[in-house]
Amino acid sequence: MNSLSVQTILHQAVQGQGPAEGRFWMPPAASTFASNIDNLFYFIYWLAVIFFVLIIGTMAYFAIKYRRKDPNQRTSPIHGNHALELAWSAIPGVLLIAVFVWGFRAYMDMSVAPKDAMDIRVKAQMWNWSFDYPSAGVNTTELVVPAGRPVKLTMSSKDVLHSFFVPDFRVKKDVLPNRYTTIWFEAIAPGEHQIFCTEYCGQNHSKMLSKVIVKSQEDFDKWIEGQGKLDESIPLSEHGKRIFTERGCTACHTMTGQAGAGPSLKGKYGSQENLADGSQVLVDDNYIRESIMDPTAKVVAGFQPVMPTFKGQLRDDEVDALIEYIKEHGGQ
Amino acid sequence: MSTEVITDSTVDAPGHAEENYLQSGKGVLSWLFTLDHKRIGLMYLVSVLSFFLVGGLLAMVIRIELLTPEGNLAPEVYNRIFTLHGAAMIFVFLVPAIPASLGNFILPLMLGAKDVAFPRLNLLSFHIYLFGALFLVYAILTGGIDTGWTFYTPYSSSFASGSVIAALFGVFILGFSSILTGLNFIVTIHKMRAPGQTWYQMPLFLWAIYATSLIQVLATPVIAITVFLLMIERSLGIGIFDPAMGGDPVLFQHFFWFYSHPVVYLMVLPGFGVISELVAVHSRKNIFGYKAIAFSSVAISGIGFLIWGHHMFVSGQSEFAGILFSFLTFAVAIPTAIKVFSWVATMYKGSIAYTTPMCYVFTFLFLFAIGGLTGLFLATIAVDVHLHDTYFVVAHFHYVMVGGTLTAFLGGLHHWWPKMTGKMYNNKLGNLGAFLVFLGFNVTFMAQFVLGTRGMPRRYHTYLPEFQFWHVISTIGSFILAIAFFLILGYLMHSIFRGKKAPHNPWGGVSLEWETATPPITHNFHGQPIVTRGPYEFPEIEDVEPAKAHA
Ligand code: HEC
Ligand SMILES: [Cu+2]
Ligand SMILES: [Cu+2]
Repeated sequence: MNSLSVQTILHQAVQGQGPAEGRFWMPPAASTFASNIDNLFYFIYWLAVIFFVLIIGTMAYFAIKYRRKDPNQRTSPIHGNHALELAWSAIPGVLLIAVFVWGFRAYMDMSVAPKDAMDIRVKAQMWNWSFDYPSAGVNTTELVVPAGRPVKLTMSSKDVLHSFFVPDFRVKKDVLPNRYTTIWFEAIAPGEHQIFCTEYCGQNHSKMLSKVIVKSQEDFDKWIEGQGKLDESIPLSEHGKRIFTERGCTACHTMTGQAGAGPSLKGKYGSQENLADGSQVLVDDNYIRESIMDPTAKVVAGFQPVMPTFKGQLRDDEVDALIEYIKEHGGQ
Repeated sequence: MSTEVITDSTVDAPGHAEENYLQSGKGVLSWLFTLDHKRIGLMYLVSVLSFFLVGGLLAMVIRIELLTPEGNLAPEVYNRIFTLHGAAMIFVFLVPAIPASLGNFILPLMLGAKDVAFPRLNLLSFHIYLFGALFLVYAILTGGIDTGWTFYTPYSSSFASGSVIAALFGVFILGFSSILTGLNFIVTIHKMRAPGQTWYQMPLFLWAIYATSLIQVLATPVIAITVFLLMIERSLGIGIFDPAMGGDPVLFQHFFWFYSHPVVYLMVLPGFGVISELVAVHSRKNIFGYKAIAFSSVAISGIGFLIWGHHMFVSGQSEFAGILFSFLTFAVAIPTAIKVFSWVATMYKGSIAYTTPMCYVFTFLFLFAIGGLTGLFLATIAVDVHLHDTYFVVAHFHYVMVGGTLTAFLGGLHHWWPKMTGKMYNNKLGNLGAFLVFLGFNVTFMAQFVLGTRGMPRRYHTYLPEFQFWHVISTIGSFILAIAFFLILGYLMHSIFRGKKAPHNPWGGVSLEWETATPPITHNFHGQPIVTRGPYEFPEIEDVEPAKAHA
């Protein structure tokens, strides 16, 4: 540890990070029920401090006042005091019931997810998290959620027990194999929050980390839409090449000129194709699009109509990428 | 000292040179196969302290590793070390520490008995203990275990590598030792009290041991069955807890904690018993609220059976069950609080000597108060959701188990050391040791409360850089603690070989164990002691009427 980090750490440790970013005992309160939990925490805290000072203060006082000054010092024959004993059973009893009730009600709030909560699936496995957005068909390794909207997580594990913990939200729940557990939360404002695994799960338990990224509703909508988009920093034909392999086009087509179950696509773009019905067609963007989405509409001469349709499986921009890729290997 | 107890008054009489229990019989075998509860107690003492040393050194490795966020050890090594630290400290140190060592030695003496009810069974339980511990050692040497001492399924049954079965078998065997000791003590307390010693004239240590024994006998079979089922699942592939084979992992947790929560009380109740003795003797006072303390021990062991689910608030057990367990957990706080208040009240208008045992009482009250009060955060279900499985829990149970049980154990050890060995240790060094334990312990574990509330999970081999400051503080504390323990070990060893001969009754105790010779003769008493009054009627107390029994 160098001295600079000692200083910064010391600063953080002693000052806390200001109420907005968390107090001495608690991390930032970033979900709607976090501040209630914190109030309860501090209520118990001050109760504990008062009782501690009472007990230990009395002990210290007696220890000093009645220390043995003379070996024959007389002591008092007290066996008990019913009133006192009743008081020190009943008073803590009442306070504890109050704490219990508060804790129980706060817990009920945390247990029952609002009906309009957004559904996200959480899958845990040794040693990573993955998040599914069923309504958008999106899958991520970081949890992205909108602020100001309840989110409900339905969680399960592929192997051993894990536990999903976001300190800033004050939520935690074990994630079990063959069973679904749920939690919900509503993030208050955009920001980033740590996810830990808190159920020991073997070797890399301490590396089973991720983040919650809270975005404004608007940014979230953009994000989820963008999730469907191809990364623009990579050339379109590169995406095409990837999709060509990922989607299994390579099982029937090559780019080498050698025919498989389907024609080789090398040098096809811009050429005239002979169809099974004897007509000819120019291989252009529209023809390729049609071949992918509706392969039996125009069947190439000398081939069986075995190509499956990719309608509904490929998005528009993915088809564009494929066309670009085929164009790149086109003739002339 | 006035004669509360009528014996045949030959104790320590000059010219009556009967051999004490240390001298009668020489050689290793005379120890290993002795039926004398005092020798068995002493052998337990040496064994538990050896395992404490092992567990403590493992803890130091953990603390050194956690000095930096990334650490130096391989994760599978770290995971083995924290597992063994927990397993050793719980199964072979804390569980047997007070009952089997101090309890074995003192219990028959306090009852005015020649031995426990079944001396052979007592020896058997020691042999079983060694045999079980051997399996744990074997498991360490043949690959270790990395499941955590909690053995949660399906990790332990289907994923973990290493000698899980050997370790489980060790725990299984150790259970029998615990059951036999408990059974023996229950029968001994029922049947072998000296004439005139009513239940309410027993020292409170015995009430605590009695309550502990009930737990040992009733709860231990459950852990034996649980680890047995786990062994079957792991070796034969029969699905009990692993969902991949149709089992239920949460069922394992229910079984496990049904034993392991009561075990918390099994470990701490004997400590309560020790503190009751110490605070009374070293303040020269009647214990305040004898019956309240006695019955609260029994109440704690009873309610202790109904609150295992508070370890499972986030496990996926039903919400309703969680709330019920939360409520019952608060219920157990009351008898515990009553005890603490009563001990403090006992000091009122006393004559308090700053002896080493009394310094441990102060340390105990301070640390245990924190341990108990931080339990309230965890009993509160909504707050526990945040704190569960973080360093807050680690700090909390160390305050209870180390701050409570270990401190009481050390206090008791210093209190009865002269009786057991016939030697006195240096009181100044003793007090310094107690102070260093107090200081080192607070530094080590107070830091962990901060880590916990801020979200640092337990059983993490690496951690985020923002937690480093408090990890470093905690490690510094652990070094102070280690120095304290070596200091204590040092002066106690010194006292055995070079120490002054202990006076017959250095603290002026009036319970029966101080009526025997120091160290005691093999048969404890010449003739049968008869009890005529309570265990805390010290001559300093005003209005103590000589020879009148008191209820
Ligand atoms: C099961 C084999 C098979 C798979 C998989 C397959 N195709 Fe085809 N494809 C064919 C066959 C056979 C033909 C020729 C008959 C026809 O036009 O239907 C063909 C024709 C075509 C044509 C027209 C070629 C020409 O010479 O006019 C294009 C373009 C094409 N496929 C693109 C694709 C793309 C892009 C994919 C992957 C998303 C794909 N194919 C996956 C079998 C397949
Ligand atoms: Cu984990
Ligand atoms: Cu418990």
